[in-house]
Amino acid sequence: MTCIEAHGLRKAFGTTVALDGLNLKVNEGRILGLIGPNGAGKSTALNAILGLTPFEGELRVLGRNPWIERDQLMRDVCFIADVAVLPRWMRVSQVLEYVTGVHPRFDRSKAESFLARTEIKRASKIRQLSKGMVAQLHLALVMAIDARLLVLDEPTLGLDLLYRKQFYDSLLNDYFDHNRTIIVTTHQVEEIQDVLTDLMFINHGRIVLECSMEQFETRYVEVMVHPDHLTAAEALKPIHARHMFGRSILLFDSPSREELEGLGEIRTPSIADLFVAVMALAPQTGGGKLELGGERRN
Amino acid sequence: MNTESNLAEAVDARPSAPLTLSATWPFYWSVRRELWENRSIYMAPLIAAGVVLFGFGMTAFRLPKLRLNALALEATRRRAAIEMPYDAAAMMIMFTAFIVGIFYCLDALYGERRDRSVLFWKSLPVSDRTTVLSKVFVPLVILPTLTFAITIVTQLSMLLLSTAVLLPSGLAGTTWNLLPWPRLSMILLYGLVTSALWEAPIFGWLLLVSSWAKRATFLWAVLPWLAISAIEKLAFDTTFLIRMLVGRLTGGFDAGFIVVNYPEGAHVPVVCRLTQFDPLKFLSSPGLWIGLLVAAAFLIGAIRLRRCRGPL
Repeated sequence: MTCIEAHGLRKAFGTTVALDGLNLKVNEGRILGLIGPNGAGKSTALNAILGLTPFEGELRVLGRNPWIERDQLMRDVCFIADVAVLPRWMRVSQVLEYVTGVHPRFDRSKAESFLARTEIKRASKIRQLSKGMVAQLHLALVMAIDARLLVLDEPTLGLDLLYRKQFYDSLLNDYFDHNRTIIVTTHQVEEIQDVLTDLMFINHGRIVLECSMEQFETRYVEVMVHPDHLTAAEALKPIHARHMFGRSILLFDSPSREELEGLGEIRTPSIADLFVAVMALAPQTGGGKLELGGERRN
Repeated sequence: MNTESNLAEAVDARPSAPLTLSATWPFYWSVRRELWENRSIYMAPLIAAGVVLFGFGMTAFRLPKLRLNALALEATRRRAAIEMPYDAAAMMIMFTAFIVGIFYCLDALYGERRDRSVLFWKSLPVSDRTTVLSKVFVPLVILPTLTFAITIVTQLSMLLLSTAVLLPSGLAGTTWNLLPWPRLSMILLYGLVTSALWEAPIFGWLLLVSSWAKRATFLWAVLPWLAISAIEKLAFDTTFLIRMLVGRLTGGFDAGFIVVNYPEGAHVPVVCRLTQFDPLKFLSSPGLWIGLLVAAAFLIGAIRLRRCRGPL
């Protein structure tokens, strides 16, 4: 089932075009990483999906228009915009009471049991909690809501390594199932590489790459080329080349593996490496879209 | 407002949607949330009442002498003299609540954007309309109700205190005989209701500014009116706007009561003149309905702006 569908989504702030006719389709039961440089339109796209900003074009989230039906949509959609948005004056117990009072799909006992694993005290005010604890609290709230779409915009920004690891572990183990959809944006791509099922790169308000993680792993190959084979390797048209410790690391899109054998050490690239390669390829004016995983595109 | 309470059966359950829905009361909880965040809503009137009681207690030793003086006056002025501290207590608590309402409204939709918590509130299934209406509910319903309750308790305490002080001199009965306390309470209740309705556009305007301004909400709320008034005065040498504004701030009593005109020099306190309720005059005054329409327009504007505006 389709969770999010967008056609020709546009949004401009004055002369700055944030979304430039973005097309997007996200199916239910996926964990999508939306990756892009600063100012690429990620937050604008998420804000449009969450009904926080008006837009031009067509957008349906769980069958609803988010701008018109935000309050209805929020029964089925949860989001963590960033770690610091819980109201600082509120007590933990008040947050629990309030969300119980307004959210029809919130299971308070579930939230309490998540909180029982932390050191968060019910009587504490949010301003007294550490940044990591605020993130734990927000995650406990969100995981106790039986939502169908969860949007996480830089959810782990500024958290230490332990909290970050724990954050994604709880999300996968205690929350995710195939009726739910999760969208994550982050600059810490390495920590979500193993979490994602789908990957999307966004730049200049357009999707410049879209593939599932299975496609990602079969299509992209990185070879650490031995200097002797460099010319041969370059003849195979890598999409990107970089140098590390005197070795050339070439990134190929759908190469024939046999030809690469013997040129050097073969491995799957990291999302970050592919990201750098794709951003270098895409023309700065935008609109350059790599033809990948084409069956998902309209 | 409460039509937004969503009972499980009222929700359209799509096939794959989980069916565990619990009943919710978004409006009720939004109002409670306001009281959690803004403790000044009840603390400030309580403190004002405390100050009044303290002042009254400190001067209680003079009460027998003042009462003897008052009893020597002619009827109207005698009643005025005896009523005076009770009226002053009510006025002070009402004034405090009014000031609290002003600053509450200025911050209500601005504070949540400043501290980014608006992103949390908007992640919950509570509409912008419910949110804005729960905020205007505070100055229009919560504060008048609290003012009434706190004033009644304060005046009762003053009554008991004065009875205790006057008992040895045998004057205790005069308070009970001469102070029309139940009638004062009725005036208070009626006055609170009429002034809340009369002042609604003020609070609506403040909420609109609060939902729109990026900083300095107080200045944005006040300066444009002063500027336009000044221009009006300079350009046309009229004071229409400023008189309208003052009328909106203070005219609630005039609109709601028949104001008895005593002869010049009678020095009758304003509350004593408000002897007769006049709901018909109030309900038929165009000022009330124009004000309510303007308040509704301001609130609709605030709801729309709340929908568009993100964190600062």
